Amino acid sequence: MPNAAPQPVNDTLVLPAPLPLDGGQVLDNVSVAYETCGTLNPDRSNAVLLFHALTMDQHVVGTHPKTGKPGWWAKSVGPGKVIDTDRYFVICANVLGGCMGSTGPASLAPDAKPYGMRFPVITIRDMVRAQVALLDALGIGQLHAVIGGSMGGMQALSFAANWPTRTRAALVIASTARHSAQNIAFHEVGRQAIMADPKWKGGDYGSGKGPENGLAVARMAAHITYLSEEGMHEKFGRKLQDRAEKTFGFDADFQVESYLRHQGLSFTDRFDANSYLYITRAMDYFDLAEEHGGKLASAFAASKVRFCLISFDTDWLYPTSESRGIAHALNAAGAPVSFVELSAPFGHDSFLLDVPAQDRVIAGFLG
Amino acid sequence: MNGALRPDLALIAAHVQPGVRVLDVGCGDGALMAVLRDTRQVDARGLELDQHNVAECVARGLSVIQGDADVDLTYYPDASFDYAILSQTLQTTKRPDLVLGELLRVGRKAFVSFPNFAHWRVRASLLWGGRMPVTRLLPVAWYETPNIHHVTVRDFRALVADNGYRLEGEWFLSGDRTISPAAAAWRAEHAVFLLSR
Repeated sequence: MPNAAPQPVNDTLVLPAPLPLDGGQVLDNVSVAYETCGTLNPDRSNAVLLFHALTMDQHVVGTHPKTGKPGWWAKSVGPGKVIDTDRYFVICANVLGGCMGSTGPASLAPDAKPYGMRFPVITIRDMVRAQVALLDALGIGQLHAVIGGSMGGMQALSFAANWPTRTRAALVIASTARHSAQNIAFHEVGRQAIMADPKWKGGDYGSGKGPENGLAVARMAAHITYLSEEGMHEKFGRKLQDRAEKTFGFDADFQVESYLRHQGLSFTDRFDANSYLYITRAMDYFDLAEEHGGKLASAFAASKVRFCLISFDTDWLYPTSESRGIAHALNAAGAPVSFVELSAPFGHDSFLLDVPAQDRVIAGFLG
Repeated sequence: MNGALRPDLALIAAHVQPGVRVLDVGCGDGALMAVLRDTRQVDARGLELDQHNVAECVARGLSVIQGDADVDLTYYPDASFDYAILSQTLQTTKRPDLVLGELLRVGRKAFVSFPNFAHWRVRASLLWGGRMPVTRLLPVAWYETPNIHHVTVRDFRALVADNGYRLEGEWFLSGDRTISPAAAAWRAEHAVFLLSR
């Protein structure tokens, strides 16, 4: 390649106007931290907005400042890649309620102390509203596409339903139009683990790490839901961790235990416990049909957006039936929609991993 | 016309007016939809069971939903398409009669094409060989064929009459050529019907 890969650019916007929230409150001085990659063309028509999932952030391409790891979708986003930054101007913003530079519970309230649990409960639509304000500030009237997996897919759906003129296409991967009882239940386990940690202190743990044990357990429980039973069995089976025999104790005898403990602990280095509470709550509150009179098709009645939905056959967190239901609703609304269930062994996390069929679908859909 | 298109699909494509809305049920890799879109500015949507075919369609920029003709047509509103197309798929459905009814609910008109099980080669195979036929259009042995409801030209005409559907057009193919309706019952390898309610 003769031209060097454009480096991702990181910036933070302080919204010029207060942000109204679904809960009825209004937030002032909202910061939106975002990363861009590629170049906005002169008629501002090539922008693609990526929405990140629960525990990710705006560092979609660039090296993560805390972990030093590549961006969460660097595999698929970049020059010449499936989401080609030679063609598209890719934007990804840290969600409202997050902890990587956008306003969240760890941000300082007007009294110069962290919000903690004084932060208002937010919704998926609030997260999207903050990002629409970012698009306004960037002067982008209509996106080429919005794209998101998991919680990012919820934002993509919310965006297309509530701001249908602001994008021409929406790609929703491994996601759902509403959180199920099982989804809420798993999140509640995580939240209770955090709140049961004495270091949580009602959310008032200051700028330190706070309830890292609770947060680690929350992450461990959630991580199980991101993997398939088959994938876990193949990766770990009943293999023991650095030992020949069971110890008849409660050490991490099994590799799967050791893996989960590591996942839990390393998560606390980069994620804020209160953010985890607020973002999981926003996901639990998500029910796109409820926002539109109880009928999902009504959410898309005015939409001219082209949709593509992808699910994975081993994803039991947001199973295929959820995506198929969205496809049926879009059909009923007459929207152009594609839906495909792809085979991949990795469970919910498949959308982040190497699934060549997904690459073909995404590239074809983006055109 | 597109030379690569299967003859029954080319026939259908030639009889679809430009600019209409079309649902292709069992759209395969989207070959017909792509031709309709590219040469007739048709707003084409597809329904297809096979994951790899759906991925191929979406990669071609087509709007296709992975689903089952027997199950998923119920989710489409009444008369939401000018044409519903069911090519080489009727004989693979669990309830062809119900699928046909759904087709004519969702589409104002329906194209249906199928291999004619009363073609003379099929008859000969049964009559002289006593074997289920394996032919060019029915290339798979009885135990693994997806064609679970074999149908003949006369069977189909009877189904149309029994349900009071209107026959708007019929075309018959032998090899890649159109043949006259006379003696189509045994000479046609392949039949294409256009129906309305």
